[in-house]
Amino acid sequence: MAVTATDTHRAIEAVWRIESARLIASLARIMRDVGRAEELAQDALVAALEQWPVSGVPDNPAAWLMATAKHRAIDQLRRRALHARKEEDLTREIEEQLEAAAPASVDDAEQEIGDDLLRLVFTACHPVLATDARVALTLRLLGGLTTAEIARAFLVTEPTIAQRIVRAKRALADARVPFEVPRGEELALRLASVLEVIYLIFNEGYAATAGDDWMRPGLCEDALRLGRMLAELAPGEPEVYGLVALMEIQASRSAARVGLSGEPILLLDQNRARWDQLLIRRGLSALARAEALDGAGGPYALQAAIAACHARARTADETDWPRIVGYYDRLARLAPSPVVELNRAVAVSMAFGPATGLALADALTSEPALAGYHHLSAVRGDLLFKLERLTEARAEFERAAALTRNTRERDLLLERASRCRPA
Amino acid sequence: MRFMMLMIPKGYETAKPGEMPDAKAVEAMMKYNESLQKAGVLLALDGLHPPSMGARVSFEGGKPRVTDGPFAEAKEVLGGYWMIQVKSRDEAIEWAKRCPGSPNEVIEIRQVQEMSDFPEDVKKAAAGFEALQAKSGQRTGS
Repeated sequence: MAVTATDTHRAIEAVWRIESARLIASLARIMRDVGRAEELAQDALVAALEQWPVSGVPDNPAAWLMATAKHRAIDQLRRRALHARKEEDLTREIEEQLEAAAPASVDDAEQEIGDDLLRLVFTACHPVLATDARVALTLRLLGGLTTAEIARAFLVTEPTIAQRIVRAKRALADARVPFEVPRGEELALRLASVLEVIYLIFNEGYAATAGDDWMRPGLCEDALRLGRMLAELAPGEPEVYGLVALMEIQASRSAARVGLSGEPILLLDQNRARWDQLLIRRGLSALARAEALDGAGGPYALQAAIAACHARARTADETDWPRIVGYYDRLARLAPSPVVELNRAVAVSMAFGPATGLALADALTSEPALAGYHHLSAVRGDLLFKLERLTEARAEFERAAALTRNTRERDLLLERASRCRPA
Repeated sequence: MRFMMLMIPKGYETAKPGEMPDAKAVEAMMKYNESLQKAGVLLALDGLHPPSMGARVSFEGGKPRVTDGPFAEAKEVLGGYWMIQVKSRDEAIEWAKRCPGSPNEVIEIRQVQEMSDFPEDVKKAAAGFEALQAKSGQRTGS
């Protein structure tokens, strides 16, 4: 949507950012189709762009958009039904829709929109979709981002994202994915998919896998907003708080982890005075919520607990590494993965010395999942460096530099390689 | 980006110590705060006791001087604030417009400064740059 820079258009954009997810969610319940719901919401936006510059922004712009979109939704249902069904079916259906569209009180309406939003979250992150489709759809439907904004964030062209979203909406319709919150055993699996999508968005912002910037803070903020929103929608789910805690604490280091010329600064070298205490506090309290819900042992809560160990240490030397190793042990048992093992190796090296850590890291070199993973080479380079095996360290740093797709990270690794000379 | 929404209630500059808003206003405000929280934009918020319970420290002539409240010269005082994280100044304005404010109340919207807003010399001063530079890259982890 091309929006020119007039005041009204900017105001409309702001209203859209706040209201679009709620709008789409409510419409999706009426239409039973997320794709159609999004189109109707877009139509309402177009109507606002046409009318508000003339009539002025209404007193309650959210209600205006909702009323306009719902009116069109019911219109569409009526027309569709006229084609296919008998008059009495039609009347009953429309009455049902109208009833659904008119809750008894403001509080009921809020509750209902909350339920619809949660359904929308689970639909956008449905496993029938490929991961990149889930990510794009979530940012679009729940984050209120435009196609252009998503494209910019992921360094791909706008038509690529537009196509991805169109295909995703079609895939949901083809698979007849119901607009509902999963129950019972399915809930845990589906929630894991939702959390994965949000954390992927965060990570792409926190440590961009490609491109010239080490961080893209906009994406971190989008992910945090989604996570905080989800915690309000599903207040009984400890892992949601675990993920929020993890993201808040990681985001607290944003300012400290980029140097003046955009180069990455690693955790233990960061100026802790620049860590954002507000986000740390928020993170620690989210972690406490996860623990209070008996969720201390969940994979995100464990990662958050590790992040919290760093956050609590006033200096790098005060870090409680044995405790961190303990969390990694639990994480490795719960969700075994070579990447967790690699992080565990780093923690072990800090707690018990580089030689012990290196032995663990070396064992991972034959791991197919880590073939071509630059962090493995970077960690080995670091441990070899500490053991003063400089020739080997240099080769590992150079290998890591060749493997990363992020230019800032590559510069840092090459710089470390260049320092691997005998003193 | 972050914004402070600063609540400036006219008349609060002369409020007596311990003066509190009435229950009805608080209830409406709680609903509003909840909506900020639900949208995932609220980072922090606080209400402030009246200036009659506070003090001002001024530095005229290079020396700190303490004045107890209330402050005769103050035309506007803060009653509280919200810290929000939003996509644009317009979004911050849109959120402020939704506040159930009373006719005597004004909300001032101010963007929080980020390091990237500063010129190089200020950045260096803020980062403790030299010390960092010397240590940079000696260790691993992220």
